Amino acid sequence: MANFEFVLPPAPTSNVKPIFGEQDLIRRSASTITPPAKRQTEVAKLIDVTKCIGCKACEVACLEWNDLHHEVGSNTGVYDNPPDLDPDIFTVMRFTEWVNPETKNLEWLIRKDGCMHCEDPGCLKACPAPGAIVQYSNGIVDIDHEKCIGCGYCIKGCPFNIPRISKVDHTAYKCTLCSDRLAVGQGPACAKACPTHAIVFGTKDDMKKHAEGRITDLKSRGFRNAGLYDPPGVGGTHVMYVLHHADQPELYAGLPSNPTISPIVELWKGAVKYVGLSALGFAAVVGVLHHLVVGANRVTAEDEDNAGKLKQGRS
Amino acid sequence: MAVPDKARASYEVSRYTTGARINHWVTATSLVLLAVTGLSLFHPSLYFLTGLFGGGAIVRVIHPWIGVVLFFSFLGLFVRFWRANLPSRSDAQWVSHPVDVLTGHEEKLPEIGTYNAGQKIMFWLMSLLIIVLIASGVVVWDQYFYPFTTIPQKRVALLIHSIAAIVAILNWIVHVYAAIWVRGTISAMTRGKVTGGWAWRHHRKWLRDILASRS
Amino acid sequence: MTNSWTDIKNTDLVVIMGGNAAEAHPCGFKWVTEAKANRGARLIVVDPRFTRSASVADMYAPIRQGTDIAFLFGVMNYCISNNNVQWDYVKAFTNAPYIVKEGFDFHDGLFTGYDETKRDYNKSTWEYELDADGYVQADDTLENPRCVWSLLKKHISVYTPEMVERICGTPKDKFLKVAQMISECSSPTKTMTSMYALGWTQHSKGSQNIRAMAMLQLILGNIGVRGGGMNALRGHSNIQGLTDIGLMSNLIPGYLTIPTEKEATLEVYMSTRGFKPLRPNQMSYWQNYKKFFVSFQKSMWGSAATAENSFAYDWLPKLDLPSYDVLRIFELMHQGKVNGYICQGFNPLLSAPNRKKLTAALSKLKFLVVMDPLQTETARFWENHGEFNDVDSSKIQTEVIELPTTCFAEDTGSLSNSGRWLQWHWAGGSHPAEGRNDASIMAQIYLRLKALYEKEGGPVPDPIVKLDWRYKDPAAPTPEELAKELNGSALEDITDPNDPTKVILAKGKQVVSFAALRDDGKTACGCWIYSGCFNEAGNNMARRDTNDPDSTGAYSTWAWSWPVNRRILYNRASSDINGKPWDDSRKLLWWDGAKWTGYDVPDIAPTAKPDVVGPFIMNPEGTGRLFTRGMMRDGPFPAHYEPFESPVVNVLAPKVRGNPAARVFKGDMEQFGDAEEFPYAATSYRLTEHFHFWTKHQHNPAVMQPEFFVEISEQLAKEKGIKSGGWARIWSKRGSIKGKVVVTKRIAPLTCDGKTVHIVGIPLHWGFMGETRKGFGPNSLTPYVGDANIETPEYKAFLVDIEPIPGPVA
Repeated sequence: MANFEFVLPPAPTSNVKPIFGEQDLIRRSASTITPPAKRQTEVAKLIDVTKCIGCKACEVACLEWNDLHHEVGSNTGVYDNPPDLDPDIFTVMRFTEWVNPETKNLEWLIRKDGCMHCEDPGCLKACPAPGAIVQYSNGIVDIDHEKCIGCGYCIKGCPFNIPRISKVDHTAYKCTLCSDRLAVGQGPACAKACPTHAIVFGTKDDMKKHAEGRITDLKSRGFRNAGLYDPPGVGGTHVMYVLHHADQPELYAGLPSNPTISPIVELWKGAVKYVGLSALGFAAVVGVLHHLVVGANRVTAEDEDNAGKLKQGRS
Repeated sequence: MAVPDKARASYEVSRYTTGARINHWVTATSLVLLAVTGLSLFHPSLYFLTGLFGGGAIVRVIHPWIGVVLFFSFLGLFVRFWRANLPSRSDAQWVSHPVDVLTGHEEKLPEIGTYNAGQKIMFWLMSLLIIVLIASGVVVWDQYFYPFTTIPQKRVALLIHSIAAIVAILNWIVHVYAAIWVRGTISAMTRGKVTGGWAWRHHRKWLRDILASRS
Repeated sequence: MTNSWTDIKNTDLVVIMGGNAAEAHPCGFKWVTEAKANRGARLIVVDPRFTRSASVADMYAPIRQGTDIAFLFGVMNYCISNNNVQWDYVKAFTNAPYIVKEGFDFHDGLFTGYDETKRDYNKSTWEYELDADGYVQADDTLENPRCVWSLLKKHISVYTPEMVERICGTPKDKFLKVAQMISECSSPTKTMTSMYALGWTQHSKGSQNIRAMAMLQLILGNIGVRGGGMNALRGHSNIQGLTDIGLMSNLIPGYLTIPTEKEATLEVYMSTRGFKPLRPNQMSYWQNYKKFFVSFQKSMWGSAATAENSFAYDWLPKLDLPSYDVLRIFELMHQGKVNGYICQGFNPLLSAPNRKKLTAALSKLKFLVVMDPLQTETARFWENHGEFNDVDSSKIQTEVIELPTTCFAEDTGSLSNSGRWLQWHWAGGSHPAEGRNDASIMAQIYLRLKALYEKEGGPVPDPIVKLDWRYKDPAAPTPEELAKELNGSALEDITDPNDPTKVILAKGKQVVSFAALRDDGKTACGCWIYSGCFNEAGNNMARRDTNDPDSTGAYSTWAWSWPVNRRILYNRASSDINGKPWDDSRKLLWWDGAKWTGYDVPDIAPTAKPDVVGPFIMNPEGTGRLFTRGMMRDGPFPAHYEPFESPVVNVLAPKVRGNPAARVFKGDMEQFGDAEEFPYAATSYRLTEHFHFWTKHQHNPAVMQPEFFVEISEQLAKEKGIKSGGWARIWSKRGSIKGKVVVTKRIAPLTCDGKTVHIVGIPLHWGFMGETRKGFGPNSLTPYVGDANIETPEYKAFLVDIEPIPGPVA
């Protein structure tokens, strides 16, 4: 059946090579792999926060596509519901009421939160289970639930506070960028459901180009600092935002202004890992060497005699 | 000078009670299990060790519980032995003769009580490490304690936990090696008894005190 | 809508006022996004709340609920004062030059002819001066003090920016910015679209709110053009179809009207319909009224409707009252005058005002039939649900019969959208075991009734017994059969009037459009405006061709729109008096020297000369009305009236409470609260996560907004000691509810006439059935009064008080 999308801003899926799999991995947690010779075209989801009306259709589409059953919660004094990401919901709207000090106007900033699919994924770096988190050459970071052990290290590795551990199967859940849909040539479910095309999906280059047009439009409406959020600290992301106030991403429910993998995680998964293991090996070697050089520290007959004398002296 | 392989024991002295020995071995076992499970998640090259337990997920589940066992077990040891590990005057002298210590020239060292300074340092270090490990371990025990700390705090906890664990394992290596190197030591923890000669050689003051208390 | 959803992409300025398109019509709102992204269109939102629409707007201005007319007249005054008027359009296409009768005036908030005891007007002076030939007198210079333009200028002169601020609470600078942006659209090459919904209709002067904007659009020359128009966003996927098909107590299909008691014969009935032109050479389309009416009668009673029996005119019910709207019927029910009520796809217990009264009314019925795919609150009105439905079941004797129906996704048929498009759809799934589609249920009821009448007779069996019921399976008419019946067909061979031997439409064939309908009984047509939807070319509603030449947004081969597939009403007005498009970049219809041509089906006779026939052919004067003569009950111009429950008095007419012509039932006036007792201005609304009272039965939408809440400003929260996420009790003169509280910057206090007005927002999606948590709705609080013209209840403006309460013990 025909649809109207062709008259809307581009949702370019045509350039995306949809089929990808194991052979296209460029990173695999706790493993060393040889990346494929040819990298696939990088894809990206562009979330135009300035077009988003917070209708949550993407949330429902995500629940339905991923066959998730979320509990009916309660109102906590805000529109955010469910209030946070959890294993049964991979994307949530975060609503912020902000009075722009320059214009004195209220702005209602609504950001769709979820996995950013970092080019340098902190979750993958932190993951101890080989192959539990993988990155495809098109940029998608995905979790293999068969291999995930539920340790939650990915939570600590993530600069965006995204993965959540299920209380049911004790594995980590997050947005897959609909890798299963993409693999068969479909766009992400959220983008498909978005009524205002605030969510568009395509090659990363196309998405950047599309964002440029949006930013020009926003600047014409007085948003001088409109811009694209594609943070270099994590090598760029495969989920990007168009923001009215790109100079202050924290306004959008704490979107980090310069996200990087935490230096603590880098230390833990870098120097400590290597130095620690080496230290243990070194200690073992020193022991062996010591024993070879010094030999056993034995009790001599003299010691026993002296002990005997001591006892007798006492008795 | 040829030294007989094994000096004949003049007599034996009781060093550890049955309770203390059970306490020790529970601690030792849990420490080893913790080291193995912990290391398996610490470095990818050791991930295969999770196979010993039935996989990474099981390791993830049991490691913290073993930690709890270790904590309480070690607490028992601590209660038993903390007095004996209080510093004494001779400790400084012991520490100032590392070469003699390492080469086994104990005749050049002062007479030692229940524990020498090295043992005491290990004891206090281990006590401290276990507190650090259990505290940092609880912070990253997401299944029960996730909401109580922030992610940056958890990151610090993970770093501290891993460094503390490495130091604890190093400590353990020294401990085990010392027990092997100093022959006749292991029986203290297996049978609870050491020979008089062993005591004379390594813990003469302790031997004197024991003999004195008997008379 | 005069235009269509897809046409909104052609606009330069979107004004969302009296609605919240992003929130309530997110899918249609994509066309606003489209206009913004591709045309650089600007979006203005005027609303008491900073809504989801406001979140993506270029300009937001707050307004106190129920003061829209003051605001719009303020804008109109600004436009006229600054000469931002599309003069050529106003002079040629509106009734601005027409002379109004002596005696018509407006004083102290009342038009000439008011009768306080009847709460009604004698409208005899609300009329044009006619000349000897029966044509209106006009002054093309617009200078005659009795011409519509002069009267209008005088009428709105009071609405200065200062007065707007005083009444509406809209800060003057914001108002002026909005007025300035709107005034720019007086240029023939700039258009503005108005998107409105229940925020305008659910007031005691709802129709006049819409009138005010329609007048502004006429002055700016924005009616009949691409990217312009008055665009009502309908609240249900097929609510447009409901009114089209005449499912209102005073209508029959195609906006024909039910006769009144006084119209005993067809001749009398026709004498006040089929208006004669009021201008020379004008086309007055309602002159075809009889063709549509007779064809409707033929579709009802077939061969039993004959010229001899006035086409069964006597079998139509005759109204003894102006209408049996929902307020009237529940009032009668409350008085114990109604025995049975069939409630089909309707949940009045939550959607009609003053719930306490509704429950009492339903309890007095002998039987209640509920046809619905869901377990509605209405069907369970008798069941005790604790505080959420605190009734004593043992005292209620009403027999409730639930007939489960299919939902839209389970049946085939057409839905009429806001843009008048009839879009055919196909069943997407099968229905649960006991569900049946509504048509088959109605057929079953009909067949049983018919059998009873045949067996037992009765005073007037004919209307039932002789109903034309020629369906293949009488017990289950198919959607296709019904659609064909609406389209209409020839009952006999129809011959060319100039050549009686030439058959132009053979007996039994579907008519091409209503142009083929006849008043002699040779054609039948169930709904004249739908004629053409399913003709000999097939089911036009099922067309799915996205071809759109020159990207005009018309999509003329996608589905089918009434009338005759016209996408923009009054489209002749898109060209000037000579038939030349106002804006070459947005051409729609133009005069090629011999006929009208363009992208749309002309809304005028194709050969009607541009400078002779006016574009508004449904009006006998052929022009758009700035002055509506006697067509509206409450005045030929709108005027600012406060809601019946208002935090401030009407500063323009302090003695007038509410809309003076709005109907108030005995006893309901006493149930209005005043500002001393109930200091806060409440309003009700919908949230994007839910669709009315339906999606609360579905799990995922229930997850998205699980629990009832009310919204208040930070200032009011502080004043009252109410915490966000805490609980509050909210009560009006008619009821009390409790709920969670959302404290927000999006609702700010306003200053009106020197007084601080706090607003309490009450969304309406919760009840005691379904997947969400049980909750209350605003209709426990709302007053029992409706719009003066069509009785839409005043849900958008009422008074409450609020206090913090401890939450329920979990």
